[in-house]
Amino acid sequence: MLNYIIRRTLYALPVLLGVNLITFLLFFVVNTPDQMARMKLGIKRVTPEAMEKWKRDHNYHLPRFWNDSESGAQKITQTIFYQKSMVLFAFRFGKSDEGEDISHEIRKRMWPSLAIALPTFLLGILVNITLSLFIASVRGSYLDINAMVWCVIIMSISGMFYIIGGQYYFGKVLRLVPISGFEPGSSTIKFVILPVLIGVLYGIGGGVRWYRTLFLEEIGKDYVRTARAKGLPETTVLFKHTLKNGLIPILTGVVVIIPSLFMGSLVMENFFGIPGLGSYTIDAIRSQDFNVIKSMVFLGSVLYIVGLLLTDICYSWADPRIRFK
Amino acid sequence: MNLNFDPLTTDLLVYLLVFAAIVFASYSACFEHLRAPWRQVAHNKIAMASALVLSGYLLIALCDSIHFQQPLLEANGKPSRDQGGNIVYQSEAISLFDLFVKNIREKDEKTYSAPLATHYYTKENITLPDGKQVRNFPRLQYGGKHLGNQNQRFRDLVDKALRGGGLFVLWGFAIIGIFFLAKKFSTSGSSPDSPSKDGIFSGGSLVIFSLVVLFCLGVAFFISKDYHLFGTDKVGQDVFYRALKGIRTGIVIGTLTTLIMLPFAIMMGIMAGYFKGWVDDLIQYIYITLSSIPGVLLIASAILMLDVYMDTHPEKFDTIIVRSDWRLLFLCAILGVSSWTGLCRILRGETLKLREMEYVQASESLGVGHFKILWKHIVPNVMHIVLITVVLGFSSLVLAEAVLSYVGVGVDPSMESWGNMINAATLELAREPIVWWNLAAAFVFMFGLVLSANLFADAVRDAFDPRLRTR
Repeated sequence: MLNYIIRRTLYALPVLLGVNLITFLLFFVVNTPDQMARMKLGIKRVTPEAMEKWKRDHNYHLPRFWNDSESGAQKITQTIFYQKSMVLFAFRFGKSDEGEDISHEIRKRMWPSLAIALPTFLLGILVNITLSLFIASVRGSYLDINAMVWCVIIMSISGMFYIIGGQYYFGKVLRLVPISGFEPGSSTIKFVILPVLIGVLYGIGGGVRWYRTLFLEEIGKDYVRTARAKGLPETTVLFKHTLKNGLIPILTGVVVIIPSLFMGSLVMENFFGIPGLGSYTIDAIRSQDFNVIKSMVFLGSVLYIVGLLLTDICYSWADPRIRFK
Repeated sequence: MNLNFDPLTTDLLVYLLVFAAIVFASYSACFEHLRAPWRQVAHNKIAMASALVLSGYLLIALCDSIHFQQPLLEANGKPSRDQGGNIVYQSEAISLFDLFVKNIREKDEKTYSAPLATHYYTKENITLPDGKQVRNFPRLQYGGKHLGNQNQRFRDLVDKALRGGGLFVLWGFAIIGIFFLAKKFSTSGSSPDSPSKDGIFSGGSLVIFSLVVLFCLGVAFFISKDYHLFGTDKVGQDVFYRALKGIRTGIVIGTLTTLIMLPFAIMMGIMAGYFKGWVDDLIQYIYITLSSIPGVLLIASAILMLDVYMDTHPEKFDTIIVRSDWRLLFLCAILGVSSWTGLCRILRGETLKLREMEYVQASESLGVGHFKILWKHIVPNVMHIVLITVVLGFSSLVLAEAVLSYVGVGVDPSMESWGNMINAATLELAREPIVWWNLAAAFVFMFGLVLSANLFADAVRDAFDPRLRTR
């Protein structure tokens, strides 16, 4: 097992290198540093000196991949690719265009993101599993058909409508919760509750449908028939046998998300004014801050790969039939 | 009438897509094993009802994809000509659909007005004919213009709704009647004991549904001639028109993205599964790398780069419409790049299974070439997966467009799209009194498209997935 984990971690390195290469190609090859400087400085008639200064300040004056004027290893290290992309492997994110330290920002903004994403995730799974087990237990009935219709309807509404509607109704009309904002400490809950509930509601449509299919697949299997033949009551069959076995496919779909919870949700955080990583990313996109975007891409990829690894480990733990060489 | 046809790049791709769909349809009509699942879809009433709604959306999107320039008219109504005698065209290209809804498109007010209103939504200083100034809601320029006394508004609306709805329902009855007669003649003539249960016309509920749809269409059509059905937006444009124009954007994103990614996904997927070895390793490496980049960030970076490129090369994108069209196409491409990995992975798994089948091994041992085996044995057997993925993916792409436009990396802000409407509506809900109709229009149109797409996709999946096939 340990062997497997080490091998997978090593395999992640070329993948991350590829991610860096893709972002680098996107940012620095489509457009030359001169064009970037011109866009950032934003004035039509920029003096060459100002552009040169901007490039020097932001380390864009170096060649892209290969520096002939240096010697030895510096031929590689004194390039934009190394200075901007390779240092990410050491999690040195550098500074944003406003001059803030990105790693400091990430550490600070991670917690508000988690405060929204973690409860949404946990509550969502709980609600989805409960509902879908209940619906699976009354399968084929009028209630089941109705529930499926509602799931499709919930799925078909864009998430932004839930947010806008919820903010308007609960925040503006009923004045139960503040419309947006965030405060650490004991008053966090009143800022967090609406986004969490909306996130859970939005997830119900797809989640319940998917889990119901998984549970129905399990219910059709032989061991369930055996359990019924033994005379076990339907509830025991459902909540003990089916639930346990149905959890395995659910696990694979769910564990991969867990590390990415740190990244927060772009739209949710932006609408509710949560100072998390999601709104940090949106702000960076809107102000075209390439350093921040690049760091978030790298961070997101790392977390996704960690998620895949966790999935495999959980899978072999939950289903002993699966063994990795 | 002299028209200068001037198709945009996305238009051409839409035509290509229609052509591909026709080829696929005529291909699957030739084989019973492909006809059977479609017949199952046709027997599903919900699927047929959503197909009806979908085809309405598609029709509008297609009409909206035929762009041309009208000649510039002189005062006497004749097209103006330059020295060489060539007709001078307007610089702005409009679509066939714009011609159909001409009387909605050209009725621009000054600013916000509520749905079906006759007056503006905000008070202004109005100078009365006798020179006095009052502060009141000014009269709209077009909305309910024909009304003398605005107390008649409600009666006029009901009157128009009933007349329009009634007319369309009558048309509907006529069409359905013709179909029934044709059906009766053809079946009683040729084979008396043909199966009586024919999917499309079996359900009375389906007929009622299509009549209801027709009624709504008639009401909308007749009322929007003289009123602003969904009000007007900040600059006085008719919201109903904007929402209708948003249909093309949504459908283009939903379909072209698929068109762009399909060749890659199919080729890479089956090659990885069939050849194994280093090909498999390479392709797996590519798709793991791509899928590990968060989708929104990949799209955001790509669109930002496109912005820089457009800023530095303004000569290549001369008009706003060309600019926004390229941005739309680029968005489709990059959405395709971030979404083909899922299909690729499924196809790889399926091909790994298929290549161990007896018939593949038999053709291999008979010396059939790799390419021929892939084309003859593998591709037809994974087509149902491709089809299911495509129809299931459509609605999520439409939803994704709205989110991306909100983030600011979606379609061009000048382009009519539901995402841009929602984006504007977030500010409008914060003002007092609130402006809700932009949001409502985007909601209604998006919900209609996504819901019917979801329901149709479910039926297609049920019919084509061998694990779920019931008979």
